[in-house]
Amino acid sequence: MSAGERRVVITGIGVTAPGGVGAKNFWTLLTDGRTSTRRISFFDPSPFRSQVAAEVAFDAEAHGLSPQEIRRMDRAAQFAVVTAREAVADSGLEFGTHDPYRTGVTIGSAVGATMSLDQEYRIVSDSGRLELVDHTYAVAHLYDYLVPSSFAAEVAWVVGAEGPTTVVSTGCTSGLDAVGYATEVIREGRADVMIAGATDAPISPITVACFDAIKATTPRNDDAERASRPFDATRNGFVLGEGAAVFVLEEYEAARRRGAKLYAEVAGYATRSNAFHMTGLRPDGREMAEAIAVALTAARLDRTDVDYINAHGSGTKQNDRHETAAFKRSLGEHAYRVPVSSIKSMIGHSLGAIGAIELAASALAIAHNVVPPTANLHTPDPECDLDYVPLTARDWRTDTVLSVGSGFGGFQSAAVLTRADRGDR
Amino acid sequence: MTAVTTARPVASAGSRAVITGLGVAAPTGLGHPAYWRATLAGRRAIGRITRFDPAGYPARLAGEIGDFVAGDHLSSRLLPQTDRMTQLALVSTDWALADAGVQPGDLPEYDMGVITASSSGGFEFGQNELRALWSKGSRHVSAYQSFAWFYAVNSGQISIRHGMRGPSGVVVSDQAGGLEAVAAARRQIVKGIPLIVSGAVDASICPWGWVAQMASERLSVRDDPDRAYLPFDLDANGHVPGEGGAILIVEDAEHAARRGATRVYGEVAGYGSTFDPRPGSGRPPGLRKAIELALEDAEVAAEEVDVVFADAAGVVELDRVEAEAITSVFGSRGVAVTAPKTATGRLYSGGAPLDLAAALLSIRDGIIPPTVGPAAANGYDLDLVAVARPARVRVALVVARGYGGFNSVMVLRSVPT
Amino acid sequence: MSDSFTVSDLTRLMREVAGEDESVDLDGDILDLDFADLGYDSLAILETSGRIARDYGIVLDDDALTDAHTPRVFLGLVNEKFPAVGGAGIERAS
Repeated sequence: MSAGERRVVITGIGVTAPGGVGAKNFWTLLTDGRTSTRRISFFDPSPFRSQVAAEVAFDAEAHGLSPQEIRRMDRAAQFAVVTAREAVADSGLEFGTHDPYRTGVTIGSAVGATMSLDQEYRIVSDSGRLELVDHTYAVAHLYDYLVPSSFAAEVAWVVGAEGPTTVVSTGCTSGLDAVGYATEVIREGRADVMIAGATDAPISPITVACFDAIKATTPRNDDAERASRPFDATRNGFVLGEGAAVFVLEEYEAARRRGAKLYAEVAGYATRSNAFHMTGLRPDGREMAEAIAVALTAARLDRTDVDYINAHGSGTKQNDRHETAAFKRSLGEHAYRVPVSSIKSMIGHSLGAIGAIELAASALAIAHNVVPPTANLHTPDPECDLDYVPLTARDWRTDTVLSVGSGFGGFQSAAVLTRADRGDR
Repeated sequence: MTAVTTARPVASAGSRAVITGLGVAAPTGLGHPAYWRATLAGRRAIGRITRFDPAGYPARLAGEIGDFVAGDHLSSRLLPQTDRMTQLALVSTDWALADAGVQPGDLPEYDMGVITASSSGGFEFGQNELRALWSKGSRHVSAYQSFAWFYAVNSGQISIRHGMRGPSGVVVSDQAGGLEAVAAARRQIVKGIPLIVSGAVDASICPWGWVAQMASERLSVRDDPDRAYLPFDLDANGHVPGEGGAILIVEDAEHAARRGATRVYGEVAGYGSTFDPRPGSGRPPGLRKAIELALEDAEVAAEEVDVVFADAAGVVELDRVEAEAITSVFGSRGVAVTAPKTATGRLYSGGAPLDLAAALLSIRDGIIPPTVGPAAANGYDLDLVAVARPARVRVALVVARGYGGFNSVMVLRSVPT
Repeated sequence: MSDSFTVSDLTRLMREVAGEDESVDLDGDILDLDFADLGYDSLAILETSGRIARDYGIVLDDDALTDAHTPRVFLGLVNEKFPAVGGAGIERAS
């Protein structure tokens, strides 16, 4: 690193995931290789093609939200606030001692307040009977559902941030991109502390219906706990999930001075577009490979430095093939030596949130020197021939993690986390 | 802060980001020439909503784009899978690229990216699919619902249409998002990407979008277009929503020079953003700080600013906050202030990029467009421009604020030709 | 209602749900052309199959649909099940 270049480290982690609320429970679930995919309970899923999802057992009041906050916020905003509080507490950072203009917020979300919008539309339209929907039935906070920047506002209020604040919404790479965005804001010198992460709560009839329509989600309804099968030959679609992960990101020198716990450095990040199709992927993985190469260059690392790849691994036929090709194209022979896993096998695909949740898993892999497994991987697919860490977590010296995401709209993103305390490179 | 890790945003240390192309879709005009003529003439395009019958709603005025026929510009293959705001954005992008003289096929694919803002996505598309879902059943939901409504759709569709494989992104900061997107575009230019398509277009004038917008309690409920949207007037009573926005070609200055760009409208010289404190905290609003940060980032003194394009909320308390921020930085009636959005209504994330376009055209033509409507004796200590005013404009400052407390400020500077 | 699902039924539905590539003549001899060459991607096929499910009560098999790259193969899949039990328009009325 050249002198004067600002580095960014993760000093606090919060996670709200299916089967594991709180970073500790989340990590235990992953390393146990347990799955939290079940039959949908939020509504009667029987009219739908895909009836499986990974739901968070979330008690907003028990997590400290007031009745007014619960009434005001969409479920995804509630996740974001509770998870941000956990991250801040974990970081030991005391707000009020900082210049509020030097603290900002970046929250990723692919589908915003979808759940509330779905419910509220049903009411104001009287189940679709009224084309001219009835405003007298609209809830007071409908505008906060209309424009999901309200999620970032809620988090900013919780932590007292008055610096650069925004929502990043790039579909299923939103989580990676939000953390990448916040990292760039600190690097650029506009802030010293960023509360960054992502949230989504998409398990709602409209979301399930639209993924049914493109057959992206699995119809494996008779085996819900084993429905998410990334890299397995029998995979046939992803399982919808929900949740959030939020980080405290700090400028490295300042974090070190205050003696903060350093989980990892966000050493490199890049995003590229496939400019090909809103939902489809070409099998060659070309643009994701480009994002990986640029992220590694930004981190000043060689491809052989990658110790673990936290994959997008959604469990669709197309994605897992595309991604495997991208790893081979970007890492060459090293792709065959590095463990690769998809935690979506356990917690499903929470759209915009998952990129941040996967970064949390990546940072924890560095902290614990353990690589989480790919659950439900029993039948190898000749097209997916890498080491996907099937079924069981692995003790593994992990200094450098590559985490990738791929999303509708063609977004391909990659982030590189490195152990923060291994000296100046 | 340590000496090593300076807090100064040194964007100027790298490449300079300039704007070389404008694509405008506004209620007052399609294409920037038509928009600019109407804007200078003070022509207003606010009227009773025609897209649906607004009689049953308290708010009934909007700035609609009346003369846009998507099929005249786009393949019918695109129409069933796109919301109106995406159709407007795609066409605006075509115009912006043509204006810049850029043929995307001639540039390396990773040298071009797309960073836009959105506020409510393709809300009308979503409305229609929600209606299908709840009135007919889940099997009636379109496959295109999986992306046509979401916030990232415009960046995705633009990148596909033009084969742009460089860094892309999407930000949502309500009505401040349009500036945040252009600031993010500048960041990529500084990092070495030659060209980013940026800006924003929004359109959600549909019953479901309308009802959701009314929930902000900031919409004017008057029926007289002359009295409905009156920022900086003591008779202010909310705003009128509109649809549209602008797409801008943000380019590395050297890249633009090398390819012999026909016109450089101006430089994105500075940006500052803050977020207002939680209500009831007792701390001051953040707008003044955002203005100061933007000036500092641009290395521009307040006296050098020739015009401020105001956010112009049209809500008394918010107008007061903005007027105080402006006078505290520029002095009492110390700078020309204008709000051409009084002619179009507020365009959500599209509003600020349209103001950037207007500011750049002010720089080009040496004329400040008027604010239409508010009384001259407005009760604020502002030099509010009421009729088009010839002036040498070298530095313009654009303010945008988003619901919830987002403050964004951008400084544009003329580039010597 | 005719006794089979014809190529003109197919092009009519596809025009409705997915539009039409202006450079392609859908009224020409298209039976053995690839959908991709006709300007239709997988989403257009899915959207069309969704309409057929709603209008005709015919649900096409996922894997077979994935492999149906030409109108001829697609029509074959539909006509295997044509006419569906309950006939056309059954869902429209609901």
